[in-house]
Amino acid sequence: MDIFIAIVQILDSTIRLSVPLLLACLAGLFSERAGVFDIGLEGKMLVGAFAGAAAASVMHSALLGLGMAILISVAFAMIHGFASITHRGNQIVSGVAINFIAAGSTIILGQAWFSQGGRTPALQPGERFEGIILPGANAVREVPILGPIYSELLSGHSILVYFAFAMVPFAWWVLFRTRFGLRLRAVGENPAAVDTAGISVAWLRYRALICTGVLTGVAGAYLSMVQNGGFVKDMTAGKGYIALAALIFAKWKPVNAMFACLLFGFLDAAAIRLQGSPLPIVGKVPVQFMQAMPYVLTVILLAGFIGKAIPPRAGGVPYVKER
Amino acid sequence: MSTPYAKLPAWADYGLIPLINLSVAFIVAGFVVMLVGENPFRAAVILVEGAFGKGTGIAFTLFYATTFIFTGLSVAVAAHCGLFNIGTEGQAYIAGLGVAVVCLTFDTTLPWWLTFPLAIVAAAAVGALWALIPAYLQAKRGSHIVITTIMFNFIAASIMVFLLVGPLKPAGSQAPQTRNFLAGAELPKLNWIIELFGAKIRSAPLNVCFLLALVMAFLVWLLIWRTKLGYEMRTYGHSPKAARYAGISETRIIIIAMMISGALAGMMTLNPVMGDQHNVAIDFVSGAGFVGIAVALMGRLHPVGIVLAAILFGMLYQGGAELAFEMPAISRDMIVIIQGLVILFAGALEHMFRPYVQALFASFSPRSVGMEAVKGKGA
Repeated sequence: MDIFIAIVQILDSTIRLSVPLLLACLAGLFSERAGVFDIGLEGKMLVGAFAGAAAASVMHSALLGLGMAILISVAFAMIHGFASITHRGNQIVSGVAINFIAAGSTIILGQAWFSQGGRTPALQPGERFEGIILPGANAVREVPILGPIYSELLSGHSILVYFAFAMVPFAWWVLFRTRFGLRLRAVGENPAAVDTAGISVAWLRYRALICTGVLTGVAGAYLSMVQNGGFVKDMTAGKGYIALAALIFAKWKPVNAMFACLLFGFLDAAAIRLQGSPLPIVGKVPVQFMQAMPYVLTVILLAGFIGKAIPPRAGGVPYVKER
Repeated sequence: MSTPYAKLPAWADYGLIPLINLSVAFIVAGFVVMLVGENPFRAAVILVEGAFGKGTGIAFTLFYATTFIFTGLSVAVAAHCGLFNIGTEGQAYIAGLGVAVVCLTFDTTLPWWLTFPLAIVAAAAVGALWALIPAYLQAKRGSHIVITTIMFNFIAASIMVFLLVGPLKPAGSQAPQTRNFLAGAELPKLNWIIELFGAKIRSAPLNVCFLLALVMAFLVWLLIWRTKLGYEMRTYGHSPKAARYAGISETRIIIIAMMISGALAGMMTLNPVMGDQHNVAIDFVSGAGFVGIAVALMGRLHPVGIVLAAILFGMLYQGGAELAFEMPAISRDMIVIIQGLVILFAGALEHMFRPYVQALFASFSPRSVGMEAVKGKGA
């Protein structure tokens, strides 16, 4: 029974840890499917986290914080769009720039506004998103097996967790069942064809980037307003890059993205849980090994040893209407 | 990348437009300084004085510049071949392993002038090998080099943390770093050069790596513009199709360019490790690899430009430290913003102001613009 409880706990933290990855991964899905590479997921999450925590603590409202996180994150996505769509700059260079501007400005502004060494003030109850107890969770807690699964694993998460998982089918529906999604995917494969059909490539890509900005904003807000009660400098700590890895691992598909993020979240949760304690068969596994796993797996996938990851064909190429 | 616009005179192309881009980056940075309630002009004065006002400041500026010359050259060599090496950070970090092994083995027996060449070879070799795998995967398997090098940055960081909290840490020590090197692995300082000009230096880590960096800058110039290999690299960077048609082996050129890039990134390690800290510690690269991207873009991928850009960033680092003393609202992270803005305006938005400049030139002398065919001399 102890092992069962431990497994439920690891899975519970897997869910919590994979949510920001999932949101960022879906964000990347929209922009990359539209043919815009986005290395700047990390930076957009970071500004989202900062703006969310800062606004929530100043305006004493979690919802206003979330709104501000989305707004600022979308603004950064628009900078990326301005550079890489309007001015046809190098998308990777632009993404790298956004990451630096985000990393520096969140610390500088945080220090200037709150004077707490780059942190924002600790969020009070009501300024952050609390866990939601699903109906009947407390009643079934004593039921063997299913009780803990329902009350520990599924219940008690914040609204943003449920939002993230609801976004998976929604993103699938938008991308594969709507006209907007069809055009968005087309613009990532063959923008000239979309242009010939009389649809603006630039405007379509901008809309894709707005979706990206919204989702990275929510991801950032989750980090600073759910997982942590306030903003801490560099709190994304490479999650944007892991999300990028997950996106490749998922071969640019929403449902796969969820499983990839859950896998990477699980590795993270297991690394935290197993710190120092030996595993059966393999013995003691260094924490760093578990932390490096997502990257190693992605490289192996990219090398074509586990299936083949084929990116959208027009990805990374600015669209030029006439030569 | 061919430019879609008409031709400008060379001085405008290589001087004016980068200058405009840079100025805009610094003006935006000025607004950020204003946003935190400080005077941007006073900040600029403190910054420049902190970097060049005293002998010690100059020495520190050049010490930081040394590191950035290496990483800037590393990014530039790959970029000439059309490859974006974002993995400079990781290649430098893992090269610390090579330097550590050489220094820990020989620092008791050999003098520095024997340890140094060995360490150079070790650093370059480890950096090159770390770049080899992404290069091979790009060339043979078509995996995007940007993604693989990012992944390799994280893998390198994990390996180094694992080694520095474990096998490389001396027994009984708590700090995650190697033991301090002895005299045999300490590089001589170059501060006397600045003292020749009458300036006083208290203690600054400027060391012989600065000279090595300048030599490397010259060698990179030689490689890119004066050798067949460099010509092939530039051809491939300009048009992979043309290179293939000319019989240049894609695999060979990608792997060689990335290994040179990795070797240069690895050599960066020598400067802070053997010249300053005398040990290998966690996160000793601290973002210098990423600064290299900004330096390379700002220097327009030319070694002379890179050396100048590296000195500018050295100035920002040294002056930024002084700035943090004088203006408590501003910390060194201001540099990170400036770095980002430079990458944005000198890199991604590099053509933003070009049409306006061209319109301006056209209004002065209509014949200079539009009449000639595009000669395709893009960045």
